[in-house]
Amino acid sequence: MKYSNSLKTGLAAVMALSLAACGSSGSGDNGGSSSGTDTAAAIKLGASGPITGDAAVYGLAVQHAAEIAIEEVNALGGTQIELKFEDDQADGEKAVSAYNALMDWGMQISLATVTSGSGQAVAPNYEQDNIFGLTPSGSSTAIIYKDTVNNKDPYGVLFQMCFTDPNQGTASADYLAAHTDLGSKIGIIYRSDDNYSTGIYQTFKAEADKKGLTIVDTETFINSDTDYSVQVKKLADAGADIVFLPIYYQPASQILVEADKQGYTPNFFGCDGMDGILTLDNFDIKLAEGLYMLTPFSADAEDEKTVNFVKKYTEKYGEVPNQFAADAYDCVYAIKQAIDHAGITADMATDDITAAMVKEFTSMTFDGITGSSMTWSASGEVSKAPKAVIIENGVYVGVE
Amino acid sequence: MAFLSYLISGLGLGSVYAIIALGYSMVYGIAKMLNFAHGDIIMAGAFAAFFAMTAAGMPLIVAALISMAVCTLLGVTIERLAYKPLRNASSLSVLITAIGVSYFLQNAAQLLFGSDTKIFPAVLSGSFSLFSGALSVSYLSVVTIVICLVIMGGLTLFINKTKTGKAMRACSEDKGAAVLMGINVNRIISITFAIGSGLAAIAAILLCATYPSVYPTLGSMPGIRAFTAAVFGGIGSIPGAFLGGLLLGVIETMAKAYISTQLSDAIVFAVLIIVLLIRPTGLLGRKVSVKV
Amino acid sequence: MFSPKRRGRTVSLLIVILAYVILQAMIMSGNLSRLLISLLVPVCAYIVAALGLNLNVGFSGELNLGQAGFMSIGAFTSVILAGILNANGITGIPVLILCILAGAAMAAAVGWLISVPVLKLQGDYLAIVTLAFGQIIMSLINNLYCGIDSKGLHFAFVTNTIELAEGGKMLISGPMGATGVSTVSTFTAGFILVVLTLLIVYNLIDSRSGRAITAARDNRIAAESIGISISRTKTLAFVISSCLGGAAGALYALNYSSFVATKFDFNSSILLLVYVVLGGLGNMSGTIISTAVLVVLPEMLRFLQNYRMLIYAVVLIVIMLVSNNEFLKTKAEQLKKKLSANRKKGAAENV
Repeated sequence: MKYSNSLKTGLAAVMALSLAACGSSGSGDNGGSSSGTDTAAAIKLGASGPITGDAAVYGLAVQHAAEIAIEEVNALGGTQIELKFEDDQADGEKAVSAYNALMDWGMQISLATVTSGSGQAVAPNYEQDNIFGLTPSGSSTAIIYKDTVNNKDPYGVLFQMCFTDPNQGTASADYLAAHTDLGSKIGIIYRSDDNYSTGIYQTFKAEADKKGLTIVDTETFINSDTDYSVQVKKLADAGADIVFLPIYYQPASQILVEADKQGYTPNFFGCDGMDGILTLDNFDIKLAEGLYMLTPFSADAEDEKTVNFVKKYTEKYGEVPNQFAADAYDCVYAIKQAIDHAGITADMATDDITAAMVKEFTSMTFDGITGSSMTWSASGEVSKAPKAVIIENGVYVGVE
Repeated sequence: MAFLSYLISGLGLGSVYAIIALGYSMVYGIAKMLNFAHGDIIMAGAFAAFFAMTAAGMPLIVAALISMAVCTLLGVTIERLAYKPLRNASSLSVLITAIGVSYFLQNAAQLLFGSDTKIFPAVLSGSFSLFSGALSVSYLSVVTIVICLVIMGGLTLFINKTKTGKAMRACSEDKGAAVLMGINVNRIISITFAIGSGLAAIAAILLCATYPSVYPTLGSMPGIRAFTAAVFGGIGSIPGAFLGGLLLGVIETMAKAYISTQLSDAIVFAVLIIVLLIRPTGLLGRKVSVKV
Repeated sequence: MFSPKRRGRTVSLLIVILAYVILQAMIMSGNLSRLLISLLVPVCAYIVAALGLNLNVGFSGELNLGQAGFMSIGAFTSVILAGILNANGITGIPVLILCILAGAAMAAAVGWLISVPVLKLQGDYLAIVTLAFGQIIMSLINNLYCGIDSKGLHFAFVTNTIELAEGGKMLISGPMGATGVSTVSTFTAGFILVVLTLLIVYNLIDSRSGRAITAARDNRIAAESIGISISRTKTLAFVISSCLGGAAGALYALNYSSFVATKFDFNSSILLLVYVVLGGLGNMSGTIISTAVLVVLPEMLRFLQNYRMLIYAVVLIVIMLVSNNEFLKTKAEQLKKKLSANRKKGAAENV
């Protein structure tokens, strides 16, 4: 035991030395995927998100879409942007590391983080270093506000491309209040160990109480759960005829399967996390028939921009882009629009770039594939219209 | 009636845990190692069955056989490459290696198959009613419970009646003595891994038939639950793993149904602690006395 | 002058001090990347937690799969205390010191409570109970809500029923975790904590209780027969181990403005165990080095993009295989013999 211990110590020491060596020599540019031209004129755009681990699907969607957008932007000539995407495994600690790796690289503008948990962990760093960040999909209010109780005191340099969670919760409750024909007895299943899900649920509940809606049962699950039979059965027993699912599409698909198994057929209503359910590998899309959701993006939309993006993404990555990808695509174009309008160049000081970006974002209007005439408040919240859609014959159909 | 229906779904879930726990327990009994990569073998089995059924369009039985073949091969290969060189190392070194293997399999699956969830084809859907329609029981729950019983019976017979089974028991009792009796311990350990991994494939299919999603980290939670179940019942004991799995499944379902879905995890583990306090070697574990 | 045991200890303290001086010099001269600087405090925190765990696993021979749970207790205790202190106008280093003490004390208290059932068991049954406690702690904290306003602290469980007065602040918001933590941890504080931990651990090993623990690990029955109270000594080691976990958690917590309860899950406990096993059971310098290497390694593999965790897994397996290779072990043994022979020769000549 003793010798193997000293052998291990020796091995570890050698590794430590070699790491230290590569740490000090390669600290300036330690790899990362960079697309775009490496000329001095390229503006350095950083991003962090999970590309390994449980949540990798979201990070990869953002990375892929951002790369497509950067390629298009750079091909136009004019403003050149260089993208570097770092892995944060959707973990606060890793997100801080990823952020610092990006700062070592010389990040000037950022797509912030893909997930909310990471986003709230690094938000103070963005404020401290005065770096402009536009998150595609970090929807928690804790990303843009320091005071999350009253949603006050914004960081000021962080902006969102997606709706905030409370915004979605309120909008969903308002929609159900206005469309009582969908159902009057509301059942809810949400994920209790998730920012996104609890965030939407809490404001939905508050707004529903205000509007006098009847919630007959609320069920929860946690990430590690695979079994939804109890929750579905309890909703069925409570007689819920409309089930609100403020969750992502993977567990939602399981709940739809389980409900089908139990012969329970209420209306289902979801938020933007539901987008992606139709493209799940081998999912029986008949089960999603009649599913309502509030989402700003539809891969079936027929406008030129969406068609072009969906075509490129599908060709390159073999799958249909989801909400995360669409938001990331819009982020890059919104940033480009701001850069062009303010005349930002790569050789400007970071403080000037940030000041110019904040000024642009609080005054400009942007048309993208997740909405048109988007504007941003000074606190960083986006204003765009959520669209209610229903799935009919396997495609989204807009509803009033 | 609601209680009965929760009980049946709990037994179905528990049967899956039990099959995984059997694999865990056998490997532990013979190789004296906690194989934390066992859950990831389940994941590999799930992907194998998924691709066999969707890409190649094979029927369930063929897919199950392919999945078992893949898992067995994978289990034996891992044992040969990663665990065998550590036969004389401390059990903790093997544990860490198993964790490395687990990370490796999860990340390899993510790179190979993508990280998005895939939906497992619906198999054995449908249900029948009892008590003039008051209670509906899915065929799948029944099949799962039956398969679990068959496996447990078969395994008990195998261990007690066949020559290989006896050799396995000998190895688990005392490896040194087993070698002296002319038993090829390395072969027995390989066979144990093969059986454990084959069972993992069956568990994978039953798991995915009940909860039809396939993704790279699919195996980690059932893996921990099965480990818990194996300890619950008395690690190394086959009927113990079976009983532990069933109880764990039922407790989990009941905790969700009647107490709190948020705290179901805490409740399951609290029950485990209480059981171990009353029976320190699990429900059916042997009391090992240490000689001076 | 020193016994070989003592020399090992002096060496490990020297390694830590030397590392601190070199790293500080590199920071001052601007030779350390921001990435590495940002890793210094978490590395210190993980080292402290791993040293505590090594006391448990390596020294008293109990497989503990729940050390992250104690980090979690330390972390969330310190967040609450920091909230109270900040509300009373206390900031900076005093907050850090008080929080580390409080985190350590709370974790030690919980560790003492848990040690009662845990230490009744043995081997893998003991391991699974520590795992179970880790999961329970995580699950409970994940459902905990805590806010502070002019009227004091408010707690809620499972559902957030807290209504704060004007100017109030949420400290812990269930699954969203701790938010808005004012970060006060520094590398120097982390370094001091590591040194203190080493001193505590070595003092315990050298003490009467320490020798009793070793005796109980190596042969429980023999130790009992000469009148050593096994449960008392094991409890002591377990409590100190959880106490160090709590202190590490507090240091960690005050380094991040936000973190969630699920951060301290089963996987984190397992990672700490990996640091300990790789560094060598009972080998404190080894633990320090392996922790530093394994925390920094994935960051250095960033250039591999989404292949990095795959390579990390391969590195882990290879290290375990190489360090347990019979051939290399014999070689190392020979080398060591040769070295000590040389040393003896040198000493003889000096006389």
